[in-house]
Amino acid sequence: MSQYFACIFVPDFPVQALLRAEPELRSQSLAVLEGKAPLQTVFAVNENARRAGVDTGMSKLQIEPCAGLVLRARSLPQEAAAHAALLDCAQSFSPRVEVHGCDTIVLDLAGLQPLFGPLPKIARALSRRASDLGLETNVAVAGNPDTAVLAARGFSGVTVIPEGKEAEQLGSLPVEVLLGNSAQESGQLLLTFSRWGIRKLRDLAALPDVALSERLGQTGIHLQKLACGATSRTLVPVEPALIFEEVIELEYPLLLLEPLAFLLGRLLEQLCARLEARALATQELRLCLELENGWQTEDLSTNNGATGVLARSGQSRLFQRTLRLPVPLLDSRTFLKLLQLDLKAHPPGAPIVKIQLSAEPVRPRAAQNGLFLPPSPEPEKLELTLARIAGIVGEDKVGSLELLDTHRPGGFRMQRFAPEPISPQRHRDTEKNNSTFLFPVSSLSSSVSLCLCGDSSNDLVTALRIFRPPVDVVVTMQDGKPAFINCPQRKEIQGEILWAAGPWRSSGDWWEQEGWARDEWDIAVQGEAGIALYRLVRDRLGGRWILEGTYD
Amino acid sequence: MSSLPLVSPAALGRPVDVVATAWPTLVFERLSAMPKLAGVTPASRLDVRPAPQMVPSGVREIDTLTGGLPRGCLTEICGPASSGRTSVLLAALAAATQRQEVCALVDISDAFNPHSAAAAGVNFEKMLWVRCGGSKQKAGSPQRHRDTEKKNGKIEKPVEQALRVTDLLLQSGGFGFVIIDLGDTSLKMARRIPLTSWFRFQRAVEHTATVLFVISQVPCAQTCASLLLKVSGKKLSALSCQLSAGTSPAHAQLLNGLQVQGELLRSRLERKPAGTVTTAFTTKVG
Repeated sequence: MSQYFACIFVPDFPVQALLRAEPELRSQSLAVLEGKAPLQTVFAVNENARRAGVDTGMSKLQIEPCAGLVLRARSLPQEAAAHAALLDCAQSFSPRVEVHGCDTIVLDLAGLQPLFGPLPKIARALSRRASDLGLETNVAVAGNPDTAVLAARGFSGVTVIPEGKEAEQLGSLPVEVLLGNSAQESGQLLLTFSRWGIRKLRDLAALPDVALSERLGQTGIHLQKLACGATSRTLVPVEPALIFEEVIELEYPLLLLEPLAFLLGRLLEQLCARLEARALATQELRLCLELENGWQTEDLSTNNGATGVLARSGQSRLFQRTLRLPVPLLDSRTFLKLLQLDLKAHPPGAPIVKIQLSAEPVRPRAAQNGLFLPPSPEPEKLELTLARIAGIVGEDKVGSLELLDTHRPGGFRMQRFAPEPISPQRHRDTEKNNSTFLFPVSSLSSSVSLCLCGDSSNDLVTALRIFRPPVDVVVTMQDGKPAFINCPQRKEIQGEILWAAGPWRSSGDWWEQEGWARDEWDIAVQGEAGIALYRLVRDRLGGRWILEGTYD
Repeated sequence: MSSLPLVSPAALGRPVDVVATAWPTLVFERLSAMPKLAGVTPASRLDVRPAPQMVPSGVREIDTLTGGLPRGCLTEICGPASSGRTSVLLAALAAATQRQEVCALVDISDAFNPHSAAAAGVNFEKMLWVRCGGSKQKAGSPQRHRDTEKKNGKIEKPVEQALRVTDLLLQSGGFGFVIIDLGDTSLKMARRIPLTSWFRFQRAVEHTATVLFVISQVPCAQTCASLLLKVSGKKLSALSCQLSAGTSPAHAQLLNGLQVQGELLRSRLERKPAGTVTTAFTTKVG
């Protein structure tokens, strides 16, 4: 079985790298400038700009009169992100991928036909996947890597060259595709070919090889073999690092959160598409905003799921937020909403000039809920709900709690709420324990009157409701026991103490500055609606009386 | 209106018993022929609403009385301070979390005691605690300025926060229990909660597996509550008088053996048993 290779080529790569972040510019004439002002020159243009007469190498002054021409500065970080996206696209089909510059990728198609179908279908799928990642590409499939590269550079769209038809198909291409974008040597060769009257690859292929070797040496022979599609070599695969990062360098500083959310949405869609192409998800999103210099900002606080850092880098300042998720997710809308809520709670405080978003790749969550498992919130919805609730009550007021290993009153801390998924085995065990509950409503008599004052099998607990903060009270002692209580803050708590039990003395942390010592009393006070039970505490270090809570 | 007669003349000419048997069918045929009434379903043909699934409340006596707590319904437990509402709440919470259900507690007065809950057997990993009364975000950014203007610079009240949080929790779905603790909320504030909010909550949990559980001093949800239980400290006064007259020293006494009486005030379930029940709580203060 013959071997086939596919090449993905991105024409006008610097332009396409910028268009990933600004897809609305696709229908306009766009020129990418390079160099320092005022000596900027055109580095790349799109097809519309080329039709308008703009070409590479022109100065900014020359192209400024062109109406409707959009100018953008070259962005190396965005090109790096586009190249990484291209690699992800190729790697989602084949693990054997070779890099030919930033705009060209060759991949080995061996063994893919049973998985993805015939070669044209694979080529179309490659093109579609690249388009999903924001790149308009040319895809070519051929029997050797070099022929695939030439065809991708020369033919737009999807091209499949059958075995043995390489020379015939490549013959119509101009000789410029052989030399690519490179420099001085290629310029000399092109000049030579031009002088010889060679315009197409078929002209070069028809030259006698001995005569060509005498004039151009081994380079000429190699170029002729390329033109015939007769080269043969092994692929040099690369193993790209799993770095998922998207960047936008802004022309103008961003002041409001709404346009920022718009751009973040685009970045997140690109990131999620790349992660999906590699069958990965993410559990940690890092947002790094470069802020304009000279603005004051405030301290950043941290919460359960997101952390913030403000750092200075050279002349600019970096604002970083990290969003940690309890489960791997791959939903750009959820990420966007979470980032919006986080930025709303922790705004950068200065205009933004650069946005960098990266994701930590992890394996996606593989979970199948059982039919008979108890209800559980969906992780995506739960994260959004928690973020929204944190926006209402505050970040430190929502979550699950963890008891601390201390006797100090109020020894607990809030932590991130992330319920573990229910295992079917554990649920079955729970069901067995609860199987004694059989109270069909229909089995009840029409009038039930029960008086179960004896021992109950349920081990119920008298709950204490805490007053936060504790309520200061004035207590009058009689025979060593609290006899009267008066609470200025709560008028319903005052009068004679009907019953008191205690004191129970406790202390701790005396070896530290935050030592505590207290006497606890349980008291009953006649209230408006009946007798109420309270826990009364005397702070032995401060000497004050407080009501800690009520038994209910 | 259509000029079609409701009963055909041919049917009127038939014997009485024949007309009587064919009457409902004829009426439905005529009704369906009328364009304005084509979509109307007669009350006799409406589907019977299925009985809700019941889950244990954690208190055997309450389960005996009510059949448990209905899923997809609003259950309210009311009573004054020290009546045992929170103990019932903790028992229900412990039972639900031990069944591996995810629960949410909207704590309006931030009165939840983790140590009592731990003693009751609540699994904290399955419990989301929302402590209302926190302040809004700090001022400073353009976005926050707009929020501040929206709220006229006022800090949201805990009850308003609780209603918004409950809305979010119910919309999120998947919670086995959503508990609103109005236990320390003043009667004035509790009665200010609009009835439309309770209707909205009731509609949100309908046809879901969520038990919406409210504890309060007086009934707040009114007709929206499918199950309304009133609890009161039955022997509290007698016990306290007895203890205060006792000769044992104060430090030898313990808060123990309180008895709580539960009374079923309203039940919209299949059967409506009316009666009272009391249950004993053993003190195990955390």
